[in-house]
Amino acid sequence: MTALSAYGLELRGRLHATNLELHAGRLTLLVGPNGAGKTSLIHRLAGIGEGGGTTLIGGEPLAAMPPVMRIGRLALLPATREIAWPLLARDLVALGLGGRRDPSAVEKILDSLDALQFADRRMDQLSTGERARVLLARTLVAEPAVLLLDEPAAHLDPARQIAMIERLRREAFRGAAVLASIHDLALARGFADRVLVMDQGRIVADGAPAQALAPDVVQSVFGVRWDSESGWVKA
Amino acid sequence: MNRFWWILLVAAMSSAAFASLILPATGLATLYRSDPDLLAAILTEVRLPRVLLALFYGAMLGGSGAAIQALFANPLASPDITGTTGGAALGSVVTAYLIGFSGPLGLAFGGVAGAALALLLLLGLAGRDSDSATLLLAGVAISAVAGAATALALALAPSPFAFYEAYDWLMGSLVDRSLPQAAMVAVPVLGALLFLIGRSHALDMLALGEAAAEAMGHRVSRLRREVVIATAIGIGMAVAVCGAVGFVGLVAPIFARRLTHAHPGRAILPAAMIGAVLLCLADVLVRFAPAGRQLPIGVVTALLGAPFFLALVLRMRLEWRG
Repeated sequence: MTALSAYGLELRGRLHATNLELHAGRLTLLVGPNGAGKTSLIHRLAGIGEGGGTTLIGGEPLAAMPPVMRIGRLALLPATREIAWPLLARDLVALGLGGRRDPSAVEKILDSLDALQFADRRMDQLSTGERARVLLARTLVAEPAVLLLDEPAAHLDPARQIAMIERLRREAFRGAAVLASIHDLALARGFADRVLVMDQGRIVADGAPAQALAPDVVQSVFGVRWDSESGWVKA
Repeated sequence: MNRFWWILLVAAMSSAAFASLILPATGLATLYRSDPDLLAAILTEVRLPRVLLALFYGAMLGGSGAAIQALFANPLASPDITGTTGGAALGSVVTAYLIGFSGPLGLAFGGVAGAALALLLLLGLAGRDSDSATLLLAGVAISAVAGAATALALALAPSPFAFYEAYDWLMGSLVDRSLPQAAMVAVPVLGALLFLIGRSHALDMLALGEAAAEAMGHRVSRLRREVVIATAIGIGMAVAVCGAVGFVGLVAPIFARRLTHAHPGRAILPAAMIGAVLLCLADVLVRFAPAGRQLPIGVVTALLGAPFFLALVLRMRLEWRG
């Protein structure tokens, strides 16, 4: 089932006319070198920024959806992890409900991310890994139909990166359409249902991981190849 | 914020207003016996406008301070520190002394235009999410330019007494204002504050960052315009009548966010209430100046607020080193 469909998404100089459909129950991972337009694509999908294109969520145009209608339909985890105010972790997660008061939903999601023990700590007092879990909890708390995440695994150690992606798989299993950008090609290959490869503002490969991340694609887009002894080496 | 704090804030506002109405109380009792009509006139025509101006101006400073801090994602932004009141003062001075529209409407228009200009300049120079140093530097630059330009405008003014006339007003004064003048401040301030309070939820969401708030359906560029316009109208009108008063807009939101568990948007209403209390109390303090001297209220708020500001900067510095 198509959860999100987008047509003609553009952002001047960063993203060229792009069409994309995301399907419910599937985890799509987005890879590409720095500056390839991953963030621009995610932002335009969420209707952020001045540029062309239309996004439909559940068949309805996103642009016409007021805030209250977006809760449970769309959530975005931005790349910046800085929170300017010393909010309590549980209060930050509650913002994801858009004003609806539901402390039990907040505790449930924090618990499922193993973050309940610091629910009453301030955001500025949490470690990077703890903060990442709280910010993820904020995006998940309303059980959105479409989840867009800009580098959710950034700044995490390898085990936590895997835990993060596994969590996103669970969201897909729940029925969400999940799109996340990621730098680790091995993770993308291992966990995604579908991989999008971006380069210079365009999607240049789209498909099953093995096919989208074929050696020739990786070499031409990233300029690296896999060496069984040394890992990634310059091509 | 629980009910206890709301009740406490309302009680603090009422007691500050009452204190402002009856203090200093010496002679009031005698007057009540000898000439009750005169007493009534003093209370309604001399003191009441002063109380109302303190309440509404203070509320505007506190409420718009909270909104601007939420918008800039920075606890150091505020209409007084970062140049909005200075811009409003400049606007009023230019309209009154250089253009020659010294009527209340001319002053008000100049105040609103000056405040809007200063805010837009701040947005242009610092923008959102800029670090505190950039924001403060931009604010200091705007304040300095506004102050210098105000002095220049007064020096070039046709009236040789311009400096002398404007001094009292520039430093902030609630003395000798009429009820219509109080209404001229109260009405736009009430409108602007209600409008800003209506944006509380969106400004709370902005705590998640601009992109997250946009994805949730809050239009950040429109929100920014709305906060700037509402603040310019409220602050501009208040400055046109009462002059520039500092530090209340910085301090009140900081206290208010302690009550709202750091939520920047829902701090607007409590910040307005705290601002009203602070300015009211500062105005009471002013009356205990040595007999025959007028103490500008802006001097009192600055003397009380500046140490607080320094403590805040010091704490941020320690946290950065952290």
